[in-house]
Amino acid sequence: MKVLVTVKRVVDYAVKVRVKPDGSGVDLSNVKMSMNPFCEIAVEEAVRLKESKVASEVIVASVGPSQSSEQIRTALAMGADRGIHVEVEQELPPSVVSRALKFIVLKEKPSLVILGKQAIDDDCNQTGQMLAQILDWPQGTFVSKVKVEGEKVQVTREVDRGLETLELRLPAIITCDLRLNEPRYATLPNIMKAKKKPVEKLGLKDLNCDPLHGIQTLSVFEPHKRQGGNKVESVAELIDKLRNEAKVI
Amino acid sequence: MALGWKRLVKTNNFGYHFVHQFRAVSQISYTRPSKNASFSKLSSEDISYLKRVVTPRGVVEEKEALEPFNTDWIGKYKGNSSIVLKPSSTDQVSKILQYCYEKKLPIVPQGGNTGLVGGSVPVFDEIILNLGNMNRIRDFDNKSGIVTCEAGVVLESLSNFVSEQGYTFPLDLGAKGSCQIGGNLATNAGGTRFLRYGSLHGSTLGLEVVLSNGKVLNMLSSLRKDNTGYHLPHLFIGSEGTLGIITAASICCPKKCRSVHTALLGVDSFDKVTELLVRCKDEVGEILSAFEFMDRNAVELATKLLSHVRDPFSESFPFYVLIETSGSNEHHDMEKLEKFLEYCYSGDLISDAVLAQDQSQMNQLWTLRESMPEAVNRSGKHIFKYDLSIPLEHFYTLVTEMRSRLVEYPCHVVSWGHIGDCNLHLNISSSESNESLSKLIEPYVYEWTCSHGGSISAEHGVGRVKSKYLPMSKDMEAIEWMKQLKQLFDPVGILNPYKIFSQREE
Repeated sequence: MKVLVTVKRVVDYAVKVRVKPDGSGVDLSNVKMSMNPFCEIAVEEAVRLKESKVASEVIVASVGPSQSSEQIRTALAMGADRGIHVEVEQELPPSVVSRALKFIVLKEKPSLVILGKQAIDDDCNQTGQMLAQILDWPQGTFVSKVKVEGEKVQVTREVDRGLETLELRLPAIITCDLRLNEPRYATLPNIMKAKKKPVEKLGLKDLNCDPLHGIQTLSVFEPHKRQGGNKVESVAELIDKLRNEAKVI
Repeated sequence: MALGWKRLVKTNNFGYHFVHQFRAVSQISYTRPSKNASFSKLSSEDISYLKRVVTPRGVVEEKEALEPFNTDWIGKYKGNSSIVLKPSSTDQVSKILQYCYEKKLPIVPQGGNTGLVGGSVPVFDEIILNLGNMNRIRDFDNKSGIVTCEAGVVLESLSNFVSEQGYTFPLDLGAKGSCQIGGNLATNAGGTRFLRYGSLHGSTLGLEVVLSNGKVLNMLSSLRKDNTGYHLPHLFIGSEGTLGIITAASICCPKKCRSVHTALLGVDSFDKVTELLVRCKDEVGEILSAFEFMDRNAVELATKLLSHVRDPFSESFPFYVLIETSGSNEHHDMEKLEKFLEYCYSGDLISDAVLAQDQSQMNQLWTLRESMPEAVNRSGKHIFKYDLSIPLEHFYTLVTEMRSRLVEYPCHVVSWGHIGDCNLHLNISSSESNESLSKLIEPYVYEWTCSHGGSISAEHGVGRVKSKYLPMSKDMEAIEWMKQLKQLFDPVGILNPYKIFSQREE
């Protein structure tokens, strides 16, 4: 069984992001970029399926700028077999990304597509769901456990009232939650091997995918800074501040 | 000097409370020096005067609240001070010292109290002068990277502050979450960035110091070069609070590196570790910012005892090396590092390696290294900590020798260190107190170190722990001149008494 896993290049989760002065978006110059942490979990799960001989091949796909090849290499170093890189320089919403992925799915015919539940840059949480819709495949979202049995996959989902277990018919879409697994480190021998693994480069045109979408970013701004609190020495001072500074009494 | 557990401190401003919960039982009876009879006893008049100086906010007197100030980080030393003064200005420090000088009242200056040689807690009932309330950053020059700040600024806050301005603080160590820059300077702390940025003697441009008689010596400077007479600030760096109280400092920070990479390597012999160090300097020397070493026993202890620490490898190795590079070009640096590692791997110099792919993996690798002291603290009630400078050729021999020497005792002998600076941290922990065990360890460790051309204290200082061994690492003539300096700056001897010099020599 083939498994397709998707990865996105995002601002490293430990980086404190800054908004560009003109409010057009987040400043990405000289900022550390990494693989989206939920995608890392997806890759780990796919590689584990291969190690337990459930999967025969793990293909990693990314829709993003030329530097996304670094994240594809990381996934290959973690154990994926080959990569597909759809090179696009502009930022695309899930509606376009899921359409691009649909064409890859039709071409590669995987039995299982594993995605992160959301990307930490735009927090959309839509790509997996949209892909399931346009392929008309069953979907298991926010998954914390995966068990493939024959032509079916059992997934455990973390929902508000507890854990929910679903059984999906393959082929299916899975999106990963944080507790599914702990991703491995890329080791040196595997990084070296990854350099020799094939990565196919495609454009949206090769996939007959239209990059048009109806979303326009109007402005991006930082949340208002919280003013620090301060201690008062006495009740009288507190009342004075409430009356004259905060003007609430 | 200090090493601590970053995570613990981050979650709790009073980290030491936490630590002492599981360390309180471990009092090894250490001989106390005899009390200096020329000091006065603190009277109620003294107390009321000192309280007026620091205002009610700057006094701690309740018995329980005093506990963490009286006890050192590893719980080995406990003083009996009845008052902690927390001045909030240089003027207050000056008034306190002027008074104590006249009244012959001894003082222990204290920062974050994370030192490992018992230097920051009283031996008897000395007044504790804690600089924690002097925590303002006075000035930062965005063009030169020179920061001027007060002694009580917590290292991590200072580091975060300069980092936001695009600079790196030249000092970093495990206890960053609670140690203070004043304490770091007073003990000439080393840490993990030493390899790249050198000692605090190099980065410190000037100091403001209050002398024992209360006079303020203003040597703050923002000049990189200034050869006008003696460089007095150097005297106070590493003086462990015995010559004066550092109240402020100006420190030159290097520009922050945009591209940082971290790798952990598994190595199968110590000879290969040293070979690796030499090659590493050859191949990636210009971007190398850390080269840290840990042995298998230390890594096993940490991963076994601490739930937040994970061994990134699936198999274990006799030695581990943590490499960090800092440069300006992500691509170029990564390519260089990968090429170097591939070369070492194909030449069988390293058995395996992991390369952090993102910031959180980087932090996890550093957590492994920085959690070592905490792991040792949890591994036994009785702990022997050594911070030694040993020439590279003999570096690990001492550890192997100690293991065979103590083979009959149920104890852990673990080591790690800043091998790039030839600095070994040897730690021995045992669950039971055993007289014959301690006799096998000390003074052997110190004697061995000195006979192999090393120093008994690489970065922790002398404090109380090593005072009697000072003559092993310093010439008697040099000690004599050190004492004369002490006499000159502190004629009454009120500043951090009973530290550095052992009484026998005094």
